[in-house]
This record gives sequence, structure tokens and C-alpha cells, in this order.
Amino acid sequence: MFEGRAIPFRPGQSLAGALMAAGVVHFRRTPVSGSERGPWCLMGICYECLLRVDGSDNQRACMTAARPGMKTERQDGARLDAAGEQA
Amino acid sequence: MTAWDAIVIGAGPAGIGGGSVLAENGARVLVVDEAPGPGGQIWRGIETVPDSRALLLGPDYLAGKAEAARLRASGAHLAFETSVWRAEPDGTVWLRDNEGIRQEQARHLLIATGAMERPVPRPGWTLPGVTTIGGLQILLKREGLLPDGELVLIGTGPLFYLYAAQCLAAGKRDLTLLDTAANGALFAALPSLPAALTGRGPAYLAKGLKLLWKLRRAGIRFHACPQDLRIERDADGLRVRFRRNGALHSLYASHVGLHEGVIPETHMVRSMGCHMDWSREGAAFHPRRDNRLQSSIERVFVAGDAGGIGGATVALLEGRLAALSILEELGRSVDPLLRETTRRTRRAHLSARPLLDALYRPQDALLSPADEVVACRCEEVTCGEIRAALMADSAGPNQVKAFLRCGMGPCQGRTCGMTLTSLAAASRNLTMEEAGYLTVRPPLRPVTLGEIADLY
Ligand code: FES
Repeated sequence: MFEGRAIPFRPGQSLAGALMAAGVVHFRRTPVSGSERGPWCLMGICYECLLRVDGSDNQRACMTAARPGMKTERQDGARLDAAGEQA
Repeated sequence: MTAWDAIVIGAGPAGIGGGSVLAENGARVLVVDEAPGPGGQIWRGIETVPDSRALLLGPDYLAGKAEAARLRASGAHLAFETSVWRAEPDGTVWLRDNEGIRQEQARHLLIATGAMERPVPRPGWTLPGVTTIGGLQILLKREGLLPDGELVLIGTGPLFYLYAAQCLAAGKRDLTLLDTAANGALFAALPSLPAALTGRGPAYLAKGLKLLWKLRRAGIRFHACPQDLRIERDADGLRVRFRRNGALHSLYASHVGLHEGVIPETHMVRSMGCHMDWSREGAAFHPRRDNRLQSSIERVFVAGDAGGIGGATVALLEGRLAALSILEELGRSVDPLLRETTRRTRRAHLSARPLLDALYRPQDALLSPADEVVACRCEEVTCGEIRAALMADSAGPNQVKAFLRCGMGPCQGRTCGMTLTSLAAASRNLTMEEAGYLTVRPPLRPVTLGEIADLY
């Protein structure tokens, strides 16, 4: 589920892959200017794909396996910075 | 806690080669990787990929199967889905997995963190729907996924053409290529041609030509040397605009992929304080290594693309060579003939590298983007802001970081670090080494304070 919409996926698929296959590219808004972002590196480096997954923020969609019943939402604003603190 | 003889960081070709040889020769070795299995970026998903997809990915990909199996059989301890968020010169390594964080100790470290894509700061590169081509290829390898609709690929380098050919093999036709290699690269590359025709060089060149030929024959749309390239967004989707021979072009795209070659992933070696050199040919930083592949720090070895881009075969061989160096230090006998032949094969596989570096050299503009371009994606700092800060008090990258938060976001400067250095070098007329680099401090992956507290 993404923002209340059911998203199909195959076993072994990441959240980012499943969402992109369903046509979703806007994953979050930046904390600085509020601009829209989506996955960029797809290998866990850039942290552009952060989503709220089952209530917890800052989950890298490209590194998280999709599982049935998962609830995902856009993450707007706040996220962890390099020191692991809320920025 | 007993110390490991070696901890191998990264389970791509270099880590696989190193881990296997160490364990087969009786060393106690721990291999760590973030992925769920061995393979790294190049052989990603090699143990689980369905045959149909593996065929599409080609023989170089399939070569990883036997190597991954060799690692599994070697007796090395394997820790997957585990990240290293701190490594210290004395061999202390801090790990994080889904159980939490822990510390391990090793007599030797073998760093095999591989390559990352060269950052490609261009107007519009932060728009949703624009991704790296490396990322697109991961989606293809891991999930068998190709982007729907018009796909515009912008960039250069072996991976750029490889991915295009893989799209083609998978039946994708709504594809346009914009090759951004520096104008005149072919001419500049000529002096490297003789060396490239020695050793295993011709095999690399033939592979490249075959790819180009396939794309040509399929009639894939192609533009070379686009100028003033920018990506914009309108109501229908993405728009790629550029100038070529004075004419303006505008292409519609539902998805855009960018790629300008790969550079060593040096975050970890930097955080440990390894001495770094700038390579003009590769247009990238890499750790200084001796001929045993030891970094400037004793007992810290670097193998594979993390030490300098050479590709999968070179990485595998370097992993084995570094393992032989470590075994020797552990007091085990090493077959000098094996070492000599491995070294020689490695050299043969590197012979085409200078030519490839010259052919796919990124345009200078990429290291010095226009003022409007976002350099730091995390904190949204533009090149103009960085230039202004550099001018104001002739500061270096680290002062700019404190001032603009550039490099302080969760990617920790992996994306903007090189841009910062090149802007500083240009504005103060320094070499890349002189201009300095963002200081990299652990945690190398965001770790929460709560998790650190749990450790005590
Ligand atoms: S897309 Fe870069 S971390 Fe997920």
C-alpha cells in the first residue's frame, strides 16, 4: 500500500522498484525547500528514496524488500542527517 | 573477543576473491556486505537470478556464479545485510545488522567497497523520474524491471552503452541516447591505443564495439555532444533540452537516466585517514597503494574498484593478490608463482584502461557546473552558493560545509564532495589534492543515538 493505494509486487522486489513499476516517482519532499524527490542511486547511497514505512520514517525504499501488508507513505520534510539526528 | 585474521569489507568481485583465498588457506576471515548475498553491484543477485534474466545480462555477469559459489565453499564467515559504519586503522570494525550494532576486531582489513557512479550535477538532475543509470541497471538485475515509456539515457562510459544494449535485448525500443563524451575525446585517446592492443585489451575493445554495433543496427536514436543540456518538467512529464550544431532540440521523456562513468567509493578509506591521490586520467581520487595493495596505513589493504577503476576481473584478481599479501604477513607460505601469474593477468586486463579513460572522459563542465545547478542534493546547496562562499573568505571544502551545510546531509558528502573540491580548486587555482576534501567521519551510515547507547 502506498498512500492508501494497493501496489502489486513480485517476491524479491524492493519498495522502490515496486513503486516505480506502478508509476510512482515522487517519494518525498525535501526539508529545505519542499521540492519533490524520488529514488536516485537505487543502491543505498543517496537517501533520496526515504519513505515512512509502517509508521517509521527514514526507510530507504531501494534497500527495503516489499512485503505483503506493508503501509508506505511519502515522507515530507524531516529526516535524519549524517550524525543520525533529526534535521 | 578473539580477533579475526582479516575482515573483508564488501562482497563484490574483490571481496569474493580475497575472502575465498584467505579462507581456503586457513585464515579466520569475516566477509561483510550490505546486500543479502555475494556479488556486489556487478554480480548483484547472482545466486538468485532466474536463468532467463541472467542470459539477458550476458556472460560477464554469469561469470560471477562460480566465484560466489567458491566463496560459499571456502569456509569464510559471511555476514550479509550488515553494514560497516565505522572502521579504524587498528582493525576495529563496527557493524550494524537487524539485531543492532556490534564491534569486531581484525589483524588485517581488506577494503573492497567497489565503485560508485560519478556524480552528475546537471540542471534538473534532482527531478523525480531522473535516476542514475547504475540504479536503473540494479532494477533490471534485481527485479527484472525496465522503466515504462520514453526513456532518455544521457552520459557516456561502458555502463552507459551496456545498459542501453540490455534494454534493447529486453525488447525496449522507445529509447534515445545522448552521448556526452568530451568533444575530441577520440583524438585525445589515440596515444593510449598501442597499449590497449596488448594483453587482454583487444577483448575489452571488441566487447565495446560489439555493443555499439548492436545499438546502431537496431536504429536506436542517438545524438552526440549535446551542449547546454537541461532537464525540465512540464505537465506531460520530463523534457530534455539541448543544443547541437546551433540547433535547439527538445525531447519528451517519461524517465531519464544519467551516467558519466564510475569512480572509486572512497568514503571508508578516507574516514580511516588513508592517503589519497588524484588521478588525472580517471578524473577521480583513489587511495595510494603499494605493490602489495596495502594502503598508506599498515595492515589496511584495498582491492578492486575501491582502489582504482579496473572492472570485475581486475577486482577479483586484486582481491586474491591482497589475500596473498595478508597470508604472507600471517606467516603462511605463499606460492610465488601463483602471485606472479595473478599479477601478470591483472596487468593484461588493465591494458585497455588508459584508452577507455580517455575515450569516456567527462566534459570539463561536469566538474564545474553552472551556478544554478544543485551540487548538494541533501541540503539543496547550489554551485553558485558554494562559489560565493569560496570567494568570500577563500575557504576550503570543510569551511563551506560548516557554512552552507553542504555535505552534512544523510549521504555525507558522497554526492557533492568531488564538486566541492573541484569548485575550490578552480576558484583558488589549486590542484585537486591541494584544494582538499570534506573530512569524512563515522558513522559512515546513519546510526541513531539510541543504537549507540544500546552498546553500553
Ligand atoms: S535511491 Fe539512493 S538511497 Fe535509495
